[in-house]
Amino acid sequence: MTTATEERKLTAKDFQVPFPNDWCPGCGDFGILNSVQQAFARLGLEAHKVAVVGGIGCSGKAPYYFPVYGVHTLHGRLLPFAQGIKLANPEMTVVGVGGDGDGLGIGAGHFVNAGRRNLDMTYILFNNAVYGLTKGQAAPTLALGLQTKSLPGPNIQGQLNPLMMAMSVGFTWIGRGYSYNVKKVTDLIVAAIEHRGLSFLDILQPCPTYNNLHTKDWYAGKDLVSGQPRIYWLDDTDYDPVVPEGADDAVLSAKASAFMARAHEWGAEIPAGVFLDNRSTSSFADRIETRIENYRAEPPHRREIADAAGKPTADLSEMFDEVRMS
Amino acid sequence: MTNTRDDLAWRVGGPQGSGVDTAAGIFQRACAIGGLNVFGRREYYSNIMGRHSYFDVRVAKRPVHIHRDRPQLLTTFETESLSRHATSVIEGGALFYAAKDVEATVEGVTYLDPRAKADLTAYLEERDLPATMSGLLEDARRRGVQTYEADYEQVVQLLADNLGVPQALAGRTMNTLAVAMSLALVEYQRKYVYAALEKTWPGKQKIIDLNIAAVDLAYEFVRDAYDTSDFAYRLEPGDSKKPCILLNGNQAVAMGKIAGGMTFQSYYPISPATDESVYLEAHETFPTTNGDRGSVLVVQTEDEISAVCMAAGAALTGARSATATSGPGFALMAEGLGWAANNEVPLVVTLYQRGGPSTGLPTRTEQGDLWFALNCGHGEFPRIVMASSDLDDAFFDAADAFNYADRYQMVVVHILDKSLSSKTMTVPPYDVQKITIERGEIVTPDPDTEVFPRFAVTESGISPRPLHGTPGGMHWLTGGEHTPFGRVTEDPVVREAQMEKRMRKMETAAREIPVDEKLRVYGDPEAEFTILSWGSNKGGILEAIERLADDGVSARLVQVRIMSPFPKTELAELFASAKPLVAVEANFSGQLAQVLRQHTGVTCDHLVVKYNGRPFSGRELYEAFTAIHAGTDEEKLVIRNPNE
Repeated sequence: MTTATEERKLTAKDFQVPFPNDWCPGCGDFGILNSVQQAFARLGLEAHKVAVVGGIGCSGKAPYYFPVYGVHTLHGRLLPFAQGIKLANPEMTVVGVGGDGDGLGIGAGHFVNAGRRNLDMTYILFNNAVYGLTKGQAAPTLALGLQTKSLPGPNIQGQLNPLMMAMSVGFTWIGRGYSYNVKKVTDLIVAAIEHRGLSFLDILQPCPTYNNLHTKDWYAGKDLVSGQPRIYWLDDTDYDPVVPEGADDAVLSAKASAFMARAHEWGAEIPAGVFLDNRSTSSFADRIETRIENYRAEPPHRREIADAAGKPTADLSEMFDEVRMS
Repeated sequence: MTNTRDDLAWRVGGPQGSGVDTAAGIFQRACAIGGLNVFGRREYYSNIMGRHSYFDVRVAKRPVHIHRDRPQLLTTFETESLSRHATSVIEGGALFYAAKDVEATVEGVTYLDPRAKADLTAYLEERDLPATMSGLLEDARRRGVQTYEADYEQVVQLLADNLGVPQALAGRTMNTLAVAMSLALVEYQRKYVYAALEKTWPGKQKIIDLNIAAVDLAYEFVRDAYDTSDFAYRLEPGDSKKPCILLNGNQAVAMGKIAGGMTFQSYYPISPATDESVYLEAHETFPTTNGDRGSVLVVQTEDEISAVCMAAGAALTGARSATATSGPGFALMAEGLGWAANNEVPLVVTLYQRGGPSTGLPTRTEQGDLWFALNCGHGEFPRIVMASSDLDDAFFDAADAFNYADRYQMVVVHILDKSLSSKTMTVPPYDVQKITIERGEIVTPDPDTEVFPRFAVTESGISPRPLHGTPGGMHWLTGGEHTPFGRVTEDPVVREAQMEKRMRKMETAAREIPVDEKLRVYGDPEAEFTILSWGSNKGGILEAIERLADDGVSARLVQVRIMSPFPKTELAELFASAKPLVAVEANFSGQLAQVLRQHTGVTCDHLVVKYNGRPFSGRELYEAFTAIHAGTDEEKLVIRNPNE
């Protein structure tokens, strides 16, 4: 994370661009975009030290709406690109933005293996349970048996649980938000970016065009007898997501059980907020430094590889000596 | 003739996991330390343990660039090696065989392919010999090959008794024993073998001492047990004062990348590319001339898709980045390469070809991926495609690839093959200072710039590039067509401008890259008999050209090094006087020959191809060229060798 040295206080406007946005009116993406812009401002980030990396789909276009290094990548591949940027330049704040089909369908292998590495970056999932840009096919987050309006019949494939998946593969900060609650989502994004390790923020959002089931009214609980909103916030409960530094296996195991109980809740009551804040696992940069001592001091992007005359600085004599015969 | 006493071809075979590589390593080091030039060729199965592998080592006082498919000396421990290779030993050569195996049958050799068993049985039947090891040995003797029986168990027992160590421990020196028996037979000085042991197990004095005892025993055994007078080869040392290193193709590429300033490599394990990344990871920090510790960050990814995307991401920040793979992995990278090309990311992909299609022949060589490297990816985009011919090329090309990538902001595919990756050679230590690092048009914008025109349309097609993280350099990147600022667009006029700008870089590269980098001519530059080839075939072709010269036939090799941009003008000029024009390629179709025709209209008169997964030998090519010179009307000559 990098903070601005300027004295002027940044606002969301500093992270907006003067270009038209082509998402559908009422799209949940707008709430998320707004939250990310506010979070960047609150964190006082310098635009040139930020990379927003998107996948393919409506959400993948989000990078176009930030005046930072915006990278619109390939379907499912935002995590490999984002990790490449972060590994080579660990001074940048890297935020991945992509849809549920992108990250959990075509990109599932990258999601799993990014977790194992635990780079210090943030991945925000725009979760609306459908493939919007290709006109409404079922995403891996759509429950078995549900039929959104473009589907010719009920979904015959099962649903995966992004929170459970993130935890099992090693994401060290896991949260969930709801796109129309900009204030809460902004807080969550700030916390996710501030976390030292890989953060996963699952943001539930309506797709007003193709998901006629998980609508704004559905989230508001208008179909329920109680009439109460489905989303409730973990910080209003006694749930404690923190795994402190140096926690032992017993603590981790207890936290995992509590996490699973919450992560499995769905239906009339859907928990949101911070599910996991694991401070006990080393980041990938820490692990690299056990092998390459000056990794952070001289990261790959600015290592001096040539002298003033353009001659290589690498001295291969040790390597030659290993295979020297005479 | 080159079958002289200072040009010896030795072959050792055995089950994988039994130490064939260790044996070959000791032999090569002993010769290299004694100042001889060494060439090693490794053949192995896609298997961990038990399948047959073998190593051809050729040593000479002059530099050697190719194996011999007919060795003078063969060392075997078991029946499969004897079955596969006994008939290949050249007349006047010699072989060692295990005493216990004499009565074993060809049929009983577990992993010998049914086809090979049938062929061998028929071969022996024709000669009224039984399909057994003794039949094979008798055939060898009839052909003038000395056969030396080795009771390895007895020698091991003797070693155990002499040293008072358990037999199991003494048995671990079996490979050293075998190497030492071969070297004793050619009366090579024992001190070089000792030195090789020290190089093989640096600092492990107990192991070295045990193996020294084995060497002594082997030398005495050979002196006492065999009559060596009928085996004519004696191996003299060469000039051991000349500095030399012994390395393989994977190592040469890895070293070249480090010298060229690579600081990031991602990879997914795949034969025969993996060894390069493993070497890099094992040498991830190294000294530098400015007194710091240099480093290269190596990341093993979940697949090749991730490998190429991660390397592209790293390249955006200014890190010289690469990934290394083989055909199946390269196929997965196609989409990522298109993205990198569309966003003009300097990215190097090292492609080690192996037999295809699909899983194909995972541990065997082929040059079947040229078309794919030139054309992979949907849509059209510029790329540099280059191919190395030997270890020297592999080292310097690996470094140069980054210069091309940076200068033209392009994807560079650096092609090698399995044969080149696993061949070992003695070479002088490379002069790293011959390399100059050129980063191309990297720009530091005015920090107040709000949006930078990363894809500004220029005459050369190359646009100034701000690195990610630079103040004032902010822009967008996309797999879509884009404006100069990188914002997605479908505007027809902007599309044309950007497409033309990207493709113009190919013309710029074609204009700027010196002809000596694009192609090289070997042999007699005035000769009409012209061979067109690429990649690692060079070693065999040069040997064949030398043998043609001995016959009074002059020939030249035109080695194409850069296939994209294709050196069409230069080649058309060279080939105007070619008669005949002969393409040599380790593939079915003659891929380079067809690319030549596509670009120039020039058609090769003959095609010499080999696609059984094994590299050309000098002999095979010499025989093909001789047939062509004699006027064969065959257009396509397929080299077949059932004994490899």
